Amino acid sequence: MSRYFTEDHEWIEVENQTATVGITDYAQEQLGDIVFVEVPEAGREFARGDEAAVVESVKAASDVYAPVSGVVTEANEALGDDPALVNSDPEGEGWFFKLSLTHPDQLEGLMDETKYKDFVSKL
Amino acid sequence: MSELVQDNSEETGPQQLPLDSWHRERGGRMVPFAGYEMPVQYEGIMAEHLWTREHAGLFDVSHMGQLLFSGEGVDVALESLLPGELQKLGEGRMRYSLLLAENGGIHDDLMVTRLPANNAFEEDAGAFYMVVNGATKWDDLGVLRENLSDDIRIAHLDEQALLALQGPEAVTALERLVPGVADLVFMTAGAFDWQGNPLWVSRSGYTGEDGFEISLPADCAVAFADALLEQAEVKPIGLGARDSLRLEAGLPLYGHDIDLETTPIAADLGFALSKRRREEGGFPGAERILMEREQGSVSKRVGLTIEGRQPVREGAMVVDADGSEVGKVTSGGFAPSVGAPIGMAYVPTALAAPGTEITLAQRGKIHRATVTPMPFIPHRYVRKKG
Repeated sequence: MSRYFTEDHEWIEVENQTATVGITDYAQEQLGDIVFVEVPEAGREFARGDEAAVVESVKAASDVYAPVSGVVTEANEALGDDPALVNSDPEGEGWFFKLSLTHPDQLEGLMDETKYKDFVSKL
Repeated sequence: MSELVQDNSEETGPQQLPLDSWHRERGGRMVPFAGYEMPVQYEGIMAEHLWTREHAGLFDVSHMGQLLFSGEGVDVALESLLPGELQKLGEGRMRYSLLLAENGGIHDDLMVTRLPANNAFEEDAGAFYMVVNGATKWDDLGVLRENLSDDIRIAHLDEQALLALQGPEAVTALERLVPGVADLVFMTAGAFDWQGNPLWVSRSGYTGEDGFEISLPADCAVAFADALLEQAEVKPIGLGARDSLRLEAGLPLYGHDIDLETTPIAADLGFALSKRRREEGGFPGAERILMEREQGSVSKRVGLTIEGRQPVREGAMVVDADGSEVGKVTSGGFAPSVGAPIGMAYVPTALAAPGTEITLAQRGKIHRATVTPMPFIPHRYVRKKG
């Protein structure tokens, strides 16, 4: 398993050809209290950069983009009842959706954890 | 990720307020607002909101404009611009009012107090103290200077800080530091002293809770805020919770729920037109405003409860059965004390009755909402002693 990060503060955990996508601890910290998450339905196909989900804090709504191209295989239904999972466990139980990768080569351009930490430290 | 909704204040070189480092030292996340750097939150909007509803929240509202008006006939002069009864306003009593434009639109909403002889500003009895919105204060000053005669002196108290202490335990905490404030009732004000510093304290605020607003010299603001924070009831609260608290209280936010395009009647602020003024007129836009009062306005500001959990924000459309826009959401968000998304919107008057079900459209998605009486959370103002 490998974990990748984007400059838009998404994380992607890849196992075989499936990627689990969520937002980083830094992102949830910036957003504050999460009150709603709109996750995509299974079967939807995204190109990299498509709007894939919406996360809403008390204060504002933010788009979450598909960090890589793929087909949604599963959405995290637990977020419907408990959107605050994104605050309490952003890089674990607070995941958003899983994608079956259509262009695995896109992972090459993403950051690993060390690079992401370095990126965030300069923001 | 990208923010779809952001603070729309101008970001032209924000200035720093007297408590700037005080906020930063206490973990305040600073954002540009109304031309200043202001704390949007400390530990989190939800926690700060609920703390204020249960205990006491300390807000820095020093960005707001504090103005003094004095001179012969100052009450009559101010009545030419505001629709409230000021001639018979007693000393130490305050009123919510509106700075009106010629077309009946609203330049600003504000609080105005007639000062007694003993006040913190070394003014003569009968002068008026006014607090206006931070984002509009410079425009307000222009309108006021242009329309008031030279006999009326206007002073901008830009060396005064302004703090708000709001919540059911505010009175306990403040009375400990400033004995006597507990004797004030809602919408009255008086002069007090804290360690030799003159305070002007009013029992008022914009959260729906009991509480106080305290005007004090900027050079003692840090020490006084520290003293307040030493009280177990008090935590610092940011702009984020201030917004969700005032929304739950059903109070309009200038520049969002009211502006130059909205009239007091459409904004459901008819209570700001005092009886004598309604009968006599003589304020800007009186003809239109009084006609709307008789015949109704085309649209009206209403409260909304939104079905489901997703907030519907400012800018979302109110749509009819065909999907055509018939109104708009002017404030919206998740209400921590209600536990659901709520909002304010302008809707055609025919749709303004409580219980009316309406349809909203936001980013291509339909949301169902019900017109709901405001406030969403009952006001807890202290109107009588004891």
